[in-house]
Amino acid sequence: MGKHKKRILQLAFFAATYLAVAALIRAGTINDFSFAVIVTICINIILSSSLNMVTGFAGQFSLGHAGFMSIGAYVCALTILRRPTPLGFLLGMLGGALLAALVGLLVGLPTLRLRGDYLAIATLGMAEIIRVVFLNLEITNGAAGLSFIPQLVDWNWLFAATAGTLLLIANFLNSSPGRACIAIQEDEVAAEAVGVNTLRYKVTVFSLGAFFAGIGGALYAAYFYFIKPDLFGFSRSVDILVIVVVGGMGSLSGSVVASVLLMVVSTALQAYPALRMILYSLLLVAVMLFRPQGLMGSKEVADLVFTRFRRAEKTEKQGG
Amino acid sequence: MSILTIQNLSKSFGGITAVSDVNLALECGELVGLIGPNGAGKTTVFNLLTGVYTPTGGEIRLGDLALQGKKPHYICGKGVARTFQNIRLFKNMTVLNNVRTAMHQHAGYGTLSSLLHLGRYHSEEQDMETRAAELLDRLGLGDKADELAGNLSYGEQRHLEIARALATEPVLLLLDEPAAGMNPAETLRLTRLLHDIRQQFNLTMLLIEHDMSLVMNICERIYVLDYGCVIASGSPADIRRDSRVIKAYLGEEAGHV
Amino acid sequence: MDVFLQQLINGLSLGSIYALVALGYTMVYGIIKLINFAHCDLYMVGAYIGYLCMTHAGLGFFPSLLLSMAGCMLLGVLIEKIAYKPLRNAPRISLLITAIGMSLLLEYGMMFFFSPNVRTYPPMTGLMARSFTVGGVLLSMQQVVIWLITLALMLLLQYLVHRTRAGRAMRAVSLDKDAARLMGIDIDATISYTFAIGSALAGAAGMLVGVYYNTINPLMGVLPGLKAFVAAVVGGIGIIPGAMAGGYLIGIVEVLVSGYGFSMYRDAIVFALLILILIVRPAGLLGKHEGEKV
Repeated sequence: MGKHKKRILQLAFFAATYLAVAALIRAGTINDFSFAVIVTICINIILSSSLNMVTGFAGQFSLGHAGFMSIGAYVCALTILRRPTPLGFLLGMLGGALLAALVGLLVGLPTLRLRGDYLAIATLGMAEIIRVVFLNLEITNGAAGLSFIPQLVDWNWLFAATAGTLLLIANFLNSSPGRACIAIQEDEVAAEAVGVNTLRYKVTVFSLGAFFAGIGGALYAAYFYFIKPDLFGFSRSVDILVIVVVGGMGSLSGSVVASVLLMVVSTALQAYPALRMILYSLLLVAVMLFRPQGLMGSKEVADLVFTRFRRAEKTEKQGG
Repeated sequence: MSILTIQNLSKSFGGITAVSDVNLALECGELVGLIGPNGAGKTTVFNLLTGVYTPTGGEIRLGDLALQGKKPHYICGKGVARTFQNIRLFKNMTVLNNVRTAMHQHAGYGTLSSLLHLGRYHSEEQDMETRAAELLDRLGLGDKADELAGNLSYGEQRHLEIARALATEPVLLLLDEPAAGMNPAETLRLTRLLHDIRQQFNLTMLLIEHDMSLVMNICERIYVLDYGCVIASGSPADIRRDSRVIKAYLGEEAGHV
Repeated sequence: MDVFLQQLINGLSLGSIYALVALGYTMVYGIIKLINFAHCDLYMVGAYIGYLCMTHAGLGFFPSLLLSMAGCMLLGVLIEKIAYKPLRNAPRISLLITAIGMSLLLEYGMMFFFSPNVRTYPPMTGLMARSFTVGGVLLSMQQVVIWLITLALMLLLQYLVHRTRAGRAMRAVSLDKDAARLMGIDIDATISYTFAIGSALAGAAGMLVGVYYNTINPLMGVLPGLKAFVAAVVGGIGIIPGAMAGGYLIGIVEVLVSGYGFSMYRDAIVFALLILILIVRPAGLLGKHEGEKV
């Protein structure tokens, strides 16, 4: 019963968001500048929710998410530079995501045997290697990067990719392989003991995360005209991790909330360019000091709403 | 017919030999106890059986299948399930999901249907949920399905560990001190429960336990381990009389009495 | 052969600097299991303090070195007290994010107060400016000074860790915090002590790098910091001799790769080496792989 209600609530929320933004764009309230903010938020949602799946839910600490993002960005950019059509974009996006997933698979197989911080540092190294490869390839134009990428992303594409990513990740987590991944995070020894092939599921979730990071990268390339390897360095991976932890490890809605909030704060601080990063870092430290488990902990917004409902029902019954 | 045969099983950590030259055989459908003083190597035998450790030497066979050196999930898939002495539940998952996780080897859908919730996803999930609910009912946890495993009482957590092990559909169940920390009434309830599930699920069981009344009550045969070696085996009555066993438990002095 | 020797000499200098920074990472990790991302910025701060001392205060090399070590020591301990200590029982990843926050704060704080521009260290004079040729290999006095100072600091560190009460406490806490507390060891003081030593070493490294490469900027710590951490992991994180070995290994490999004409791939090769070593030895070169107790 509760499950269906939650689903309906989620779909209603998605539909309302889509319609509201579409209406505001048509009315001209959302200009180019604010739409760019929305694009960044959506890309951050895709990146942080996929990293959350890998790190928060499955417990595999990755510091190389930006590496996968860059694969999606480059493949998509190279495709739509040649075929600047919606079909070209779709193919470029899927091709980039699949290549990212493939690289995730190849990198994951040897490295996911490592634990905790060792895995983190290995994934970091992997992302740096990817960056250096893009710096040196001819087709990617080295450090100068690719420019004049056709801008094919509009609100429809953006919404479809973001909502699709969230739904697929939520579906995955609420399934047998998803539960196996969560079990790995909870207790790897016990997970193996009940028959979970831990390496296989770690690799699965890792390349799935890479796939969505590739989607995020493709959207980036097809909106912001210009990409270069340094955009996808270590600090980008850290930015994504920050969103995941601030939102709450193991909470998808936490990643959404944190993507929006951190972007709003960052945009508001643009008025003070010199102080911006100082205030941002202070905010980060403050959030962690006062709420170490992140804004949402490991709860979902829908859970909170329903507990509130249930509590209200209970008190009503008791009152009556 | 022997379902489990252990031959010359040894394990050493660095210079320390935890298990040395253990031979042990379980007949199909038996309930056998594995006892011994603390540090005798009982849990190490379980860890070797379930693939957590790789043996230094010896053989483990389930039917005709060699298990030594295999991964835990593989061994579980072949029908060996276990519980842990220091309860290892998925504490932040619900009770129901603990059991469903253990069913995942039998979930008949792949990663793609799990993403799209298409194909056999819905029917398989429905099926798993029904079977998990049945299992929880049988272990007296039916009304706790939606609670977090970490919030259960100690006794309930031990029961959930058994439910989770049963969910993997084992032929051989290894129980590591299931009655530890239970009071006599709870132990009695557990004794009945073990008796019941053994018949219902047609299981062979190997049981590590310190509670002698439980072991003597329900085990048909007992192996006694001391300093990593099997020092005695036989019926509960034999074991009770064995001087080496008394010595191992009570020390040299008592052995002479 | 001469080219190889020359690169080896240069690699030893770079390796000394990585080793000094890696020591701080490894000590802090050993004691509170934190990848202290702010550590690389302490190295940057050390370079700036040294710069200020030498240009504005007109101090000589050694007094400046001591001052930058002292300044970083103070800053490191302060950061631990303010930002890390309250999170001692929080999830480890929150602590990591806090460290990232402190790192950004130091970098952008430095940009705000001292401008993002590159600064140039004053040229060395007298004996420090000399260089000489030994067997066809060019050796500068600066390099010799870097080696000697690194060697002296490492010997001092060995003494502090193995021959003093506080060092013993440090080793005890890194092995088992709870047991150490029960033995009457003051955990907070020991952690502060660890941060103090690690930060002072980073300060020294920053100053040395300023003298060696001349230019410094607020983001100078980021990449060397990553590589120093890689060095610590390669050697076996938490193990002091491991950090030294890892530092020299990474420094020498990096210089050799550049020396033989692959400088574009230098960083990739360093990280590939890291991944390879971890796959073969998951706990690093000197680390012991310990399975989980079941």
